[in-house]
Amino acid sequence: MSEVEAEPQRPSLVDLAWTFNHIALASFGGGLSAWSREVLVLEKEWMGEAEFLSAMTMCRILPGANQVNMAVFAGSKMRGLPGALAAVFGLCLLPVVLIMVMGFFYFRFKEVPAVKGVLHGASAAAVALTLAMVIQTGRKCLTGLVPVLLFLAAFVLNGLARWPLPLVLLLVAPLSLIWAWPRERSA
Amino acid sequence: MIHIYLQLAGLFASLSLLSIGGGNAVLPEMHLQAVRGHHWMTNSQFADIFSISQTAPGPSILIVTLVGYGAGLTVGGVPGAIIGGVIATVAMIVPAASLMYVVTLFWQKAQKAKWRVAVEKGFAPLTVGLIMATSLVMSRAADHDWRAYLLTAICTAIFVFTKTNPLIVVGAAGVIGYFGVV
Repeated sequence: MSEVEAEPQRPSLVDLAWTFNHIALASFGGGLSAWSREVLVLEKEWMGEAEFLSAMTMCRILPGANQVNMAVFAGSKMRGLPGALAAVFGLCLLPVVLIMVMGFFYFRFKEVPAVKGVLHGASAAAVALTLAMVIQTGRKCLTGLVPVLLFLAAFVLNGLARWPLPLVLLLVAPLSLIWAWPRERSA
Repeated sequence: MIHIYLQLAGLFASLSLLSIGGGNAVLPEMHLQAVRGHHWMTNSQFADIFSISQTAPGPSILIVTLVGYGAGLTVGGVPGAIIGGVIATVAMIVPAASLMYVVTLFWQKAQKAKWRVAVEKGFAPLTVGLIMATSLVMSRAADHDWRAYLLTAICTAIFVFTKTNPLIVVGAAGVIGYFGVV
C-alpha cells in the first residue's frame, strides 16, 4: 500500500499455512508467542519487532486465543482474507488432529501414553525461549525511565499480583498511549 | 444428535466473543455448561482434558476440541465425537477471528495514523512486561523445581548468546525430561 514501508515479499498461501503449522508444532511444551516471534520476525521477517509486539497486545485485548488472532493478523497482512484463512488453518489443523488422537486414548483407555517427562523438560526450555524474548525485545524498547516503569507495572500487576489482564490493561494501556502519542513539537 | 451439535455450536460461538484475554477467561463458564448444564462429561474428566489440552502443541484454546469430542462421544461414538470436536473448534474460532480480521483491516489502512504510531510505540514495553509475567506463570503451572529453573537459566543463556536453533534446545530439554532429570 504505502511506498514508504518496505514491502515484504508476499508468501504464498501454502507458505503461510506451512509456516503457522511449523510454529504450532514447534511449541510443544509451550512458548507459542516466543515461537511466533522467532519465525515471523526473525526468520521470515514478515513484520518488524514493534509491529509484532503491539499486534500481540491487540491480540490479547480482542477476544479469542492470542495465537489464532496473531495468525489472522499476519495472514491478512500478507495475503488478505485468504491469507488469514490459510494461516489459521495451518495453525490449527495438525494440533486439532493430535489432540483428538490424545482424546481418543483418554476417553477409551482413561490415560494418555506417557509423555509427561518429555513435556516437563520441554516446558523448561519453552519458558527459557519466552524469557529470551523478553531480554531481546526489552533491549530494544526499554530505553528510558517511562518504558521501564510501564514494563514493570505490567509484569508486577499481571505476573506477581495476578490481577486479571483486562484490569491491568485498563490501567497501563492508557498511560502507555499517552506516553507514546506523537507530539507535534518534538525536540 | 443434531441437537447436541447445535448446542456445541451455540455455546462455543458465544464463548468465542467473550474470551477476552484468551481461552482461559471462559474456562469456568465452559466447565459449568459442559459438566452441570449439559452433562457431556464428569468433573474429573473435564479436569483431565484440561491438562491434556495444556500439554498438546498449538493454541491453548483447543480444550474446546475435547469438550466437543466428549459431547459427540455420548451420542455418536468415535465418528460422532470427531464431528463434535470439529464443530466445537470451528465455532470457537470463527467469531473471534472475524472480529480480529476487521480490526486488522483498520490497522492496515492506518499506516500513518497517530493512534497506530502510539500503539506501536506505547504497547511494546507493556507487552514485554506481560510476556515476562507469562513466563513466570508458565513455570509455576508446570510445577518447576530448582533443577527445572536451572535448566531454564541455561537454555535462556543459549538462546540469548548463541544462534542455536531453538528446536534443538527444546528437543534436548525434552530428552533430559524423559530421563527424569528435571
